[in-house]
Order: sequence, then C-alpha cells, then structure tokens
Amino acid sequence: MGEWIAFVGLSVAALGSGLAMVLGRQPVHCAVVFLVTLLSLAGLFLLLGAEFIGILQIVIYAGAILVLFLFVIMLLHAHSGEGPRVKLRAQPVLAGLLALGLLLGLGTALLSAASLGRPHPGPPPEGFGTAKAVGTTLFARFLLPFEVTSVLLLLGVIGAVVLGRREAPEKPPRERAAGTARAEAKAHAKGKEKKEVVPR
Amino acid sequence: MSAVPPDAYLVLSAVLFSVGALGVLLRRNALILFMSIELMLNAVNLAFVAFARVWGDLGGQVIVFFVLVVAAAEVVVGLAIIVNIFRTRETVDIDDVDLLRG
Amino acid sequence: MTETQTPTWAFGLITLGKGLAVLVGLLTAAAYLTWLERRLLARFQLRLGPNRVGPFGLLQPLADGLKLMMKETFLPQEADRAVFLIAPALSMLAALLAFAVIPFGPPLELWGVKLFQLADPDVGVLFVLAVSSLGVYGVILGGWASASKYSLLGGLRSSAQMISYELAVGLAIVGVILLSGTLRLSEIVAQQAEGVWNVFLQPLGFLLFVIGGIAETNRAPFDLPEAEHELVGGFHTEYAGMRFASFFVAEYGHMVVMASVATTLFLGGWDGPFVEQAPLLGLLWFALKVFAFMFLFIWLRATLPRVRYDQLMSLGWKVLIPLALLNLTLTAAGVAALGAS
Repeated sequence: MGEWIAFVGLSVAALGSGLAMVLGRQPVHCAVVFLVTLLSLAGLFLLLGAEFIGILQIVIYAGAILVLFLFVIMLLHAHSGEGPRVKLRAQPVLAGLLALGLLLGLGTALLSAASLGRPHPGPPPEGFGTAKAVGTTLFARFLLPFEVTSVLLLLGVIGAVVLGRREAPEKPPRERAAGTARAEAKAHAKGKEKKEVVPR
Repeated sequence: MSAVPPDAYLVLSAVLFSVGALGVLLRRNALILFMSIELMLNAVNLAFVAFARVWGDLGGQVIVFFVLVVAAAEVVVGLAIIVNIFRTRETVDIDDVDLLRG
Repeated sequence: MTETQTPTWAFGLITLGKGLAVLVGLLTAAAYLTWLERRLLARFQLRLGPNRVGPFGLLQPLADGLKLMMKETFLPQEADRAVFLIAPALSMLAALLAFAVIPFGPPLELWGVKLFQLADPDVGVLFVLAVSSLGVYGVILGGWASASKYSLLGGLRSSAQMISYELAVGLAIVGVILLSGTLRLSEIVAQQAEGVWNVFLQPLGFLLFVIGGIAETNRAPFDLPEAEHELVGGFHTEYAGMRFASFFVAEYGHMVVMASVATTLFLGGWDGPFVEQAPLLGLLWFALKVFAFMFLFIWLRATLPRVRYDQLMSLGWKVLIPLALLNLTLTAAGVAALGAS
C-alpha cells in the first residue's frame, strides 16, 4: 500500500514537472521544475531497489548537470527566449501528433511484450542495488566499458576546454582587463570540467 | 494490490519518454530542447532500473551508471557548443541557426 | 537498518521524536552560533560584543529572531516571485537534510531503533554529498530571482565556488572510503572507535577536507559571495526579514553539518575516552569536536583577510584538487599494498 502511494505521488510529480519543463516559457523555471523531475525519478529508483543508482542520479544529474544548465541559462540570460521568427507554422501540431504517435507505438510495444502481466518478481534479494553489489557487477562484468568511459570523459574535458576557450586575438588591446576576464572565463570553463570528474 | 508491478514503471517510462520527445519536437530554445533530451535519457534510465528489478539482474542498474556518465560528457560538450553559438550569433533559437558557417 | 520486530507505532514515534529533537537542536545551535560568533569576534578584536540582552547576551539570538520576524517581507519589483520564494527554503532544506544520516552518538538502541542517528542508509556518504550539492540551488536561484546585478553576480560566484570546492571535498572523502571499505557512516565511525581515527591515517585528506569545507560553506577567508565592498550582500542582497533569516540560518546549519561530517569521517565521531563505560558521553564528545570546528571557523574569520576571486579559483583547481588526487593515489596504493580492510 505504502509503495502504491509513493509510486503514484512520485509519478504524478515526475510527469507533471516533466510536462511543465517541456512547455515552460522561462528557461530558469524549466530548470527548476526539471529538478523536481530528477528528484522524483531518484525516488522511483529507490522504490525499485536501486539505492546506489538513485543517489548517483541526485549527485550527478541534480548536483552537477542541472547546475551547469542553470549556469549557462544565466550567462546567456538576456536573450534566452525563442525568437519571433516562426519557420514552420504547423510545428506545434506536428510535434504533438508525432509525440502521440511515439507514445502509441511505445504503448503497443509494451503491451505486446512478453514481460507484461508476468507475476510480480517478489522482494529483491538481500543486498540488491547496494553500492557493493552494483560495484561488483560493474568491475566484474563491465570492466572494459568502464575503462572506456574514462576515455570518453577525458574527451569531454578536452572538448569543453577547446570549445570554452576564447579566441586569442581578444587579449592584446587591454592586457590587464582582458586578463581578469580570461581568469573568469577560465573559472567557468573549469566549472564545466568538474562535471566529468564527479561520476568517476 | 500490495506491490506495484514493474510494468507500471515501464508505462511511466514510456510516457515520460514521449513527453521528452514532444519537447524536442516542439521547442526552439536550444537549452530547453537539450533539457528535453535529458528527460528522454532519464525515462530510459527508469526503464532500465525497472528491467533490473524484473530480472533481478544488476546489469540494468550498471547501464544506468553508464548513461549518467555519457550524459555528463554530452551535456558539457553540448552546452559549450550552445555558448559558442550564442557568442557568434547572439541567439539560442535553433531556427536562427540554419547556416553551416559561423 | 532497523529490526522488524519493533511495532510500527513505536518506530514511528521514536523516529518522529528523534527528527524533532535534531531539528530543534540544529536550529538552536545555528541561532546560538551567531551569538558565539559575535562574542568571539568581539574578543578577538578587544571588544565586548553583544552583552545587553540577558546574561552574557545569551538572549541576543531570540531578540534578533524577533526583530527579523517583525520586519517587512520585501519583494523586489522585477523579482521572479516563485523562484524568489523557494530559494531560501531550498537552502535551508539542503543545510538541514544532511544531518539526517550523521551518527551523533553511540549506537544505543531503544526497541531496536537507533537513538542517535536518524537514518543509516547503505550509501550515507553519498547522501551527504548529494544533499550538499543541492545547496547550490538556493544560492544560484536566490541570486537570479532577485533581478539585481549584485545578487546575480554574487549567486554565480558562490555557486562556482561551491561547485569547485565540492570536488576537492569529495575527493578527500574518497580517501576515507578507500580505507574503510564502506559508505555507511555508522560503520566508518565504529571502525575508527575500534582502531585509529582517520585523521592520523589521512592527514592530507583531513586538511583538504577542512579547507574545502570552509570554502564550500562560503566562510572567511573564502567568503567572496558576500564581499561587501564589491557585491553588497551577495546573493541575498535583496532578501529581508524571515527569508533573509532562512539564508542566514542555512549558512550556519551548513557549517554545523560540515563540522559534523568532518568529525564523523576523520575525528572518530562520538568516539572518546570512557565512551565504553558511559555511552552517553559520546554525545558530549561529538558536540565538543563540532564546537572545536566552529571555533576554528570563527578564529579564521577573525584572523585572515579575504582572498581575491582568481586566487580562490586557482587555489581550488591548481592546488587542492591535484593534492586531493595525489592523496587518493597514495591511499589507493597503500590500501593495495597493505590489504587494509
């Protein structure tokens, strides 16, 4: 019973905030409601016995990724709306129809899948989803992919540094002022780098 | 009605995925569009965790870990690109960015 | 976790009581820390400090609280109403929530419920990290929603600072996790009570944690978000009354939590002389250790000048994080070589 209450509450929160994020006008509001989505999803993970992954979801998604989003939204604050120019008049209708179609397709796929209606798997085995169990699986069965992700993260760091670097010619005219601006820019770029290091 | 069947989580995941897809199709603000993509990733994560529960196999949860890592790398590069576009074109509306040059 | 034999109502009652006690205790501690800080700072500067309200000015926090409650709650004209209102709440929530997993006393049990720890999840350390990473939201959203340049700059600055130093703090914690082989805080403390405190095994990690912790709580000498001469009041410039008080209490609550985490991870938590004979002494030891940290925080504020923003960032990224990585490598090598835990 308790699980039902938690499930319904969390899914309503996740769905409502997800819709509000998708339809919101103000990007900062979108980010805030998306935070609610992420937290309710973490709660759902806990309900499914994924303690470790649920906490990781908060640390990485809510604590790092979304903060980075907020940072960028605020840096670009002045012009972060959608322009008045409409290229495709029917876009909202088409988008709605396509999304509905996707939902129907996914729904039929789920309904026809063999997994539906199978009896409840019962309580999870002892220690299911703990840091230890997930870690053991990660380092035993998924060692190679794990090592590959470190390369991916390194590439992400390099990409962020290359993209975040300001062009060199900006510096010479106002050496000192530009110097501090560069320090600030560097600090922000560093803020981005941090994101990749956390998941490790 | 004692325990929630894992199928309920799968249905929720499908709906969330469609909501995210709606955002990707509907929005023109690159930042919100990007967040919608994150929502789709999250919906898939939920499905993976639900499958891990159904099969009693932690592989599903480990995949979520990988998705988180990939999402982190993707967001960093993606946001850096958005910032760069903003620097040159003063816009984050993707309809304004339709040329293959700066 | 908890024994299943306990009747549900007893479990609920004890948990509720524990929660209330911790909440009241934390808020009182935060309120009296403001008093302590003002008194001590005055002493450091050869002044007297607040001494008019009650004996030794002990009722000063009550007077301050009353004053703040009576003040007009002000909403800037251009402010984003909803975000402006939830930001202080978020700050407060993040500051108080982390204490839920801290074992602040020996594992005494009443009907199978741990008395001196609200919850003991398997991922306690990560929970602390997760909650403290949410603390950034209050600051950054409060700064943005005020629709003021000072607030926005202060908010961006302090969130950049918190994010940067969180990394050093997190890496310093990983060293402890490597040694103990568990993420459960009660076990980490129990291991230290049986063996050596982690501060002796991880001196560098401890130092990094304390420096990073001071920076993460935005305290002097790293209190740039509130650098009065350039940013007025930082992210809470536009806040007044109880909303301002929420930020203020959250800041002190965050300090208490930081000190508690440092105590738990490095200084053996409730461990101390004679704890085995009289377990209740553990509460006292824990409080004393936390108090020592608070004294250090205030002492530093009275002693050190504020650093510049670029100095702050280069200290974090060029000194603390490489050192934390070095510490981590050395610890990992040591654990691998000696086969500890």
